[in-house]
Amino acid sequence: MIEVKGLVKTYGAKRAVDGVSFTVQRGEILGFLGPNGAGKSTTMKMITGFISPDGGTATVDGIDVTRDPVGVKSRVGYLPESSPAYPEMTVEEFLGFIAEVRGFRTRDARRAQVERAITLTHLAPVRKQSIETLSKGFKQRVGFAQALLHDPPVLILDEPTDGLDPNQKIEVRSLIKSMAAAKTIVLSTHILEEVEAICTRVIIISRGQVVADETPEQLRARRPGARLDEIFRSLTASDV
Amino acid sequence: MRQISPVFKREFLGYFRSPVAYVFLIVFSLAGVGLAFFVAGFFKGGLATLDSYFTFYPWLFLFLIPAAGMRLWSEEKRTGTVELLFTLPITTLDAVLGKFLAAWAFLTLAILLSLPMAFTVAYLGDPDWGVVAATYFGSVLMAGGYLGVCSLMSAFTKNQVISFVLGVVSCLVLLFLGWSVFSGVLNAVFPVWFVDLLSNFSFITHFDAFTKGIIDPKDVVFFLSLIGFTLFLNVVTLER
Repeated sequence: MIEVKGLVKTYGAKRAVDGVSFTVQRGEILGFLGPNGAGKSTTMKMITGFISPDGGTATVDGIDVTRDPVGVKSRVGYLPESSPAYPEMTVEEFLGFIAEVRGFRTRDARRAQVERAITLTHLAPVRKQSIETLSKGFKQRVGFAQALLHDPPVLILDEPTDGLDPNQKIEVRSLIKSMAAAKTIVLSTHILEEVEAICTRVIIISRGQVVADETPEQLRARRPGARLDEIFRSLTASDV
Repeated sequence: MRQISPVFKREFLGYFRSPVAYVFLIVFSLAGVGLAFFVAGFFKGGLATLDSYFTFYPWLFLFLIPAAGMRLWSEEKRTGTVELLFTLPITTLDAVLGKFLAAWAFLTLAILLSLPMAFTVAYLGDPDWGVVAATYFGSVLMAGGYLGVCSLMSAFTKNQVISFVLGVVSCLVLLFLGWSVFSGVLNAVFPVWFVDLLSNFSFITHFDAFTKGIIDPKDVVFFLSLIGFTLFLNVVTLER
């Protein structure tokens, strides 16, 4: 479970995140929507403990991220935007490193986790290839594999389908959906159809504030007959 | 603290996954031996010592250690892997120590590759092994001091060129303070006690005793506290 209360982050004169609050329960897939620069990534970075908030709290399974960052980090699987990875390592070496840091210290335990992640994300054909030689789609899957590796109770995915072709997108979505029952999932996206396809709840964020927090059906019911992107536009019109 | 070892391993092996390690080790060995042979007249001296080799170490380190240390944090910042690293369940201190120790071990390897020089001297004459051992020990400690400074500088920027230049300049200051030529200039302006005080902060001042076979606790403490201080600032810089 993720609980966010009044998160604030200021960069210079700009309030990137301005009092964002929400709660995500187990079994939910929360879609985080908003224009570029609205504060989606910044909010996610604060929940995962990469940057510290200027105000407010974020807790994961009851653990405050500013009090026990390592405790939160070990429960969360995080896919940062553009899925960074060490380019000179092979897929196997990289996932092996992640497994080791995640506490799988024996050779067998490490191998089991790496195999599981490789199978789930269909990385077998490139497992011996160095990451810098991979296509964008494969790179994205390496980031996904890294986030899933320790089977975390909480998944935070910053644009998980970005840069994938339509087939890969559908595959990643079904993977996310298949894991939803046992996990708390937050994902950010620009793609409105994605929200309809997999999310059980939508939060729209504009200029660092939550402007909508409801189910996709409720969002649609705001203006019956209108397309989702029109509703999105009218909600975020102030943020251009 | 358990988390230092995976970071250490990844970083140390990382040098050998790219040409960096091989270029560095070859240049380091050739430059060191070249200076000893062609500038200091290693054979002409007719002495069974390594003085003419180690006398250039502070100057060799001045350029080569910033070259090895500039990527430590700059590269993580530029490729975005710093976000990955700091959302894994490790503390900043673990990461800083793991990376520093890996780079230090790599530099130690570079220094030990000069052992054939020692064996050559032993074949031709009868060197004082105590002095040789003390000099190696001092060299490794001094490399740690340089590296601490360079690691800190690389945490300031994601640009490796800036990181390199900052590293060279900071090390240059720490080197010059104890260089006899520079002290001579300072003596003309400042009182002697002040110049002596300044020279206490120099690499050269504290390295000299080792090359004479003296392991003075205060020199060891100097290098260790320089390492400790720069790594502390390194952690503070990254957590900022």
